[in-house]
Amino acid sequence: MDTVLLSRIQFASTTIFHYFFVPVSIGLALIIAIMETMYVRKGNEEYKRMAQFWGKLFLINFAVGVVTGILQEFQFGMNWSDYSRFVGDVFGAPLAIEALLAFFLESTFIGIWIFGWDKVSKRIHLLSIWLVAFGTMLSAFWILLANSFMQHPVGFQISNGRAEMNDIFALITNGQLLVEFPHTVLAAYATGAFLVTGISAYKLLKKQDVAFFRKSFEIAAIVGVISSFGVAVAGHAQAQYLVETQPMKMAASEALWGESGDPAPWTVFANIDVKNQTNSNEVQVPYLLSFLSYSKFSGDVKGMLELQKEYEAAYGPGDYIPPVKTTFWSFRIMVAAGTLMMLFGVYAIYLMWRKKMDRPNTWFMRFMFWGLLLPPIANTAGWIMTEIGRQPWTVFGLMTTEDSVSPNITSGQVLFSVISFTAIYAILGAVLVGLFVKVIKKGPYAMDNEHGESHDPYNKEG
Amino acid sequence: MSLNELWFLLIAVLFVGFFFLEGFDFGVGMETQILAKNDTERRILINSIGPFWDANEVWLITGAGAMFAAFPHWYATLFSGFYIPFVFALLALIARGVAFEFRGKRDSKAWQKTWDVCIFFGSFLPPFLLAVVFASFIKGLPIDKDMQMYAGFFDIVNAYTVVAGITVVLLCLVHGLMFTTLRTLGDLQERARKLAQKLLIPLAALLVAFVVMTYTMTDIFDKRGTLLWIVVVLGAAAYLLAGYFMTKKKDGYAFGMTGAVMALSVASIFIGLFPRVMISSLDQAFNLTITNAASGQYSLKVMTIVALTLLPFVLGYQIWSYFIFHKRVHEKEHLEY
Repeated sequence: MDTVLLSRIQFASTTIFHYFFVPVSIGLALIIAIMETMYVRKGNEEYKRMAQFWGKLFLINFAVGVVTGILQEFQFGMNWSDYSRFVGDVFGAPLAIEALLAFFLESTFIGIWIFGWDKVSKRIHLLSIWLVAFGTMLSAFWILLANSFMQHPVGFQISNGRAEMNDIFALITNGQLLVEFPHTVLAAYATGAFLVTGISAYKLLKKQDVAFFRKSFEIAAIVGVISSFGVAVAGHAQAQYLVETQPMKMAASEALWGESGDPAPWTVFANIDVKNQTNSNEVQVPYLLSFLSYSKFSGDVKGMLELQKEYEAAYGPGDYIPPVKTTFWSFRIMVAAGTLMMLFGVYAIYLMWRKKMDRPNTWFMRFMFWGLLLPPIANTAGWIMTEIGRQPWTVFGLMTTEDSVSPNITSGQVLFSVISFTAIYAILGAVLVGLFVKVIKKGPYAMDNEHGESHDPYNKEG
Repeated sequence: MSLNELWFLLIAVLFVGFFFLEGFDFGVGMETQILAKNDTERRILINSIGPFWDANEVWLITGAGAMFAAFPHWYATLFSGFYIPFVFALLALIARGVAFEFRGKRDSKAWQKTWDVCIFFGSFLPPFLLAVVFASFIKGLPIDKDMQMYAGFFDIVNAYTVVAGITVVLLCLVHGLMFTTLRTLGDLQERARKLAQKLLIPLAALLVAFVVMTYTMTDIFDKRGTLLWIVVVLGAAAYLLAGYFMTKKKDGYAFGMTGAVMALSVASIFIGLFPRVMISSLDQAFNLTITNAASGQYSLKVMTIVALTLLPFVLGYQIWSYFIFHKRVHEKEHLEY
């Protein structure tokens, strides 16, 4: 196997793994901040316990998110050094700003939050978790700014054989960023929210600490329903931007080989034949693709075959069609998971509104429990569509993946790193799930004894 | 000062800051196996760095990020050229980072021992490997005309870089021991101070060996003789003062001095490099410098404005967090980890 393929495998697997934890951190930080705000405002200890219980899961998750993030920063240089040379001028800046602006903020105030319960005032403690929540969002902003440049490069000129920044404000106001940031951050809020409702639903089914988990469920359900609808709205805006800036990705995500016709129908299902560049057994909803693309019920969408000709004219000979099946199906998985999240959220709010939460349907709570998997599925599928759909480019229209890889690394080296990172990540994933289960089983009222003097079996040694 | 020079300086400051700060928490991580007699002491040690280690590590992240932004070629040549050392450093940092959070989450001896091993190697390997990388910066590396580095095993691992690695690891340990004297009480504090004193002699031998080898094996004393000799003299003075303050039990001053030795050691690498950022052992003409490895002026200007605006706040709240947690950690209080 060559270094390009291995490096792609490594980048994909480590990024997907990293991105299981990032949205949970962003989402949980917000929910915990809301809970602690209620504690400070109302003085009710139950809210403090909520912040601490969910905080426990947050910290386990945060630790894995942070450590897997370090690798993300280094592997641009390790595996993609020619990419780093070519766009470092533009791409390095947001990464450095992310560290300076967000990582210092998060890491310092998470320390104050964990260790400061009896060392700082209530208000400073509350401020700390809000700053952590704010920091995670800032971090998302700058990393998405860098990613948006890869999707839709702006604010640069080509000189000295590389992309050099010439307008930071163009980067900050990149249309791609303005649709990608809300879509991604709201999805992260939904991720945290559905994790909390999912775990709460499980505990409510088991009838353990009912009052505690009902309250947690309600707070998170409100966050969940607002954010999942927000994701859909932002996603719609993003699709329209996609038609303009990356029509090939749009066409691939629809498996649209030829012209769509006007008005364009949306394909729910298709049997895609990549070799012969045709589809069979298509199930279509009329008008819907026009609406997705232009917010009106008319307008045609260009197909891949025509775009391939246009791209060849613009960028020279080559294959500009991304992996169609992956792009097509990941988009549908994302949309399906997102739709279910909205439905679950609405029904949960209906239960709360009709005051039926004290005796919710068992079947619905089971759905809510498994619903905690929906956001990670949607997040992953969404990123796969975004990144695979951009192929063969790393920076759209400027640099291909093939040209991005480090020329001085060997496949043996990359194979070694792929195996070691996969192994350590597999262990981390298993340990994290195990610890989550343990904390959840113990419940919020078991925490008082932990780490206490009487509980420490090694205390007598000293 | 040009923007290129300013960014070279800022990156040097970030790495000096990183070794000064994470240096002591690496040291404390190593102490969990060397100094601690039982689990309670181990937990006290870990808790003493609990609120800080994460932010300390961000100095490294920011240093690498600043390299990427200001000197993309430096970043690209360095990280791809030292591929395998960085894989090990990353594995170590990953294991260490989660170990702090995980180890206290289950009441099982085997469980805790496993994570303790991770904390030890996670605290020992990164400073060792980073010191090896930094030392080979000034020794020179096989970098070709396309700025690509093709290093064999012995280009990276040799007597000089290994001495540098061991020196920095020991320096971290002594620095960490002094931090322990500041944040613990009683027997543990006493033992930390004694061990630090004991380690001063081998550390001196290593430091002298490193200076002699640097003098004979690199060109940096030819290039920056005067300035480097000043650094060496200051380093020796800081070192002697560290020993003096340890015997007088003035722990705060001693901690400052071990930190100063660390800071001067790291600074000397950057002084020797300047204005180069990577030295080619093949041909002087292939050196990466603050000019040919840098971003464009616009990018540097933007970064300068951002950095100078943010740094006061960043430094402010980090210092404040040290102030919040200035009290000593003891077994009677709530230990988080």
